[in-house]
Amino acid sequence: MTEPLMQLTKVNVTLTNHAILHDVSCTIERGQITTIIGPNGAGKSTLVKVIVGLETATTGRIDYPQGKLRVGYMPQSLFVDQSMPIKVGRFLSLVGKQKPTHAEREHALTLVDMLHVLDKPLHALSGGEFQRVLLARAILQKPDLMVLDEPMQGVDINGQAKLYKLIAKLRDSLNCAVVMVSHDLHLVMAQTDNVLCLNGHICCHGQPKNVSRHPEYLKLFGAQVSENLAVYAHNHDHHHTPQGDVVNCSDECDHHHD
Amino acid sequence: MIELLLLPLLVGCLVALISAPLGAFVMWNRLVYFGDTLAHSALLGVAFALLFSLTPSVGIALSCIVIAVLLWLLQKRSRLANDSLLGIISHSSLALGLVCVSLMADTRIDLHAYLFGDLLTVTMHDAATIAAIAVIIFIGVGLTWRGLLMMTIDQHLAQVEGVQVERLRLLLMVFIALLIGIAMKVVGILLITALLIIPAASARKVTRSPEAMVIVAALIALSSVCLGLAASYFFDTPPGASIVLSGTCFFITTQCLAKR
Repeated sequence: MTEPLMQLTKVNVTLTNHAILHDVSCTIERGQITTIIGPNGAGKSTLVKVIVGLETATTGRIDYPQGKLRVGYMPQSLFVDQSMPIKVGRFLSLVGKQKPTHAEREHALTLVDMLHVLDKPLHALSGGEFQRVLLARAILQKPDLMVLDEPMQGVDINGQAKLYKLIAKLRDSLNCAVVMVSHDLHLVMAQTDNVLCLNGHICCHGQPKNVSRHPEYLKLFGAQVSENLAVYAHNHDHHHTPQGDVVNCSDECDHHHD
Repeated sequence: MIELLLLPLLVGCLVALISAPLGAFVMWNRLVYFGDTLAHSALLGVAFALLFSLTPSVGIALSCIVIAVLLWLLQKRSRLANDSLLGIISHSSLALGLVCVSLMADTRIDLHAYLFGDLLTVTMHDAATIAAIAVIIFIGVGLTWRGLLMMTIDQHLAQVEGVQVERLRLLLMVFIALLIGIAMKVVGILLITALLIIPAASARKVTRSPEAMVIVAALIALSSVCLGLAASYFFDTPPGASIVLSGTCFFITTQCLAKR
């Protein structure tokens, strides 16, 4: 067993007297895709910010057993002001401390199947195209860890399935860890190695191995696409009050947790 | 007569060249109102300069830097720095500047010159100060260009990738403050924002990269200064306003060109 890339131990984040994250512990390992799911306001984005270093933990520890990581980050939203004229190629040259070479930029765009937009103005891209370009940007960081905050925004359902597949492929070719946020509680890809269900604290986490195939999704996407889609079926052994506090329950919840 | 225009022309061109890249960043970062606020506080700097017998450009630059740092701190601390806050600081400082200047009744100053520019009376000493400040801004922007662009595109992304975003933002504000100090002589406090925005906005529609936009903006700003000064010479119009109006003509022209 190799050492993890990153280890969070009992991380708490409190912003203006409001607890956002409570005792979050998790490990991130090379070659694994971890998907963070949870309702609105569960602290998904805050956890992502802690992972990429934009937010500091109020208490708790963050360790990097393999040393400092190169992080490829894809933020939740990125709006380049319309007043700045910029082509995709130039946009991709503004990555990291060292300017990527032309060959590197072309390679990254090829990986995400977007080479044809190299000379297009950034503002002319569609939502899905733009997300792929952002992904190419993260690739150019030669990341140990790719962090994608809701990468599916503005992408249609079919495009989402393709994008999930692409992310899984990138994980293999770059041999990096992937952490992503999915807004959708049910739509989690079969290639996801780990699911982390967050609601202020970690409700439950684990492999979506025992995931059952939901007939609704099969119907929606068809057999081919559904190979990459699965439902992370899970029951809680506790409930939440409207304030987010944990309330234990005995019989209707049947699986284990922290 | 024509040689009297040489120094104003030189100073005007220098300021035009520097205002192009900063104007672009002001536009991209939506700092127009911020620039306006700094410009309005410049009158305080004039009072400041008179009190300590400094060159007006230096006094204005210093007071603008103080206001810029203040705004930067407020922005960092809270979300206070919204339109209203800028509006309050902008007009309060203008009013305070007017009061301060009027209290110094014994030192007779030409308020009109500060509000609307006074390019034709520029002295060698002024020119030297302006040139020195312009060189500082030029080198500063040149050295931080890539980081500034990354910050402009997305500050969080830039931060994750190792750009010192907070420091750069402060630096950009200081550059703008310095520019306002020297641009005051050319177009005056009330028209400085125009000198920043109009060339950049004119260049936007006809360019396809940030660098091209800055170069075209610089050319437009230079042409505006030349045209404005020529108009001022032939028709005896105020030079500052003529320069801004020449810029406006370029803006209208490029808008029409880009439509085709």
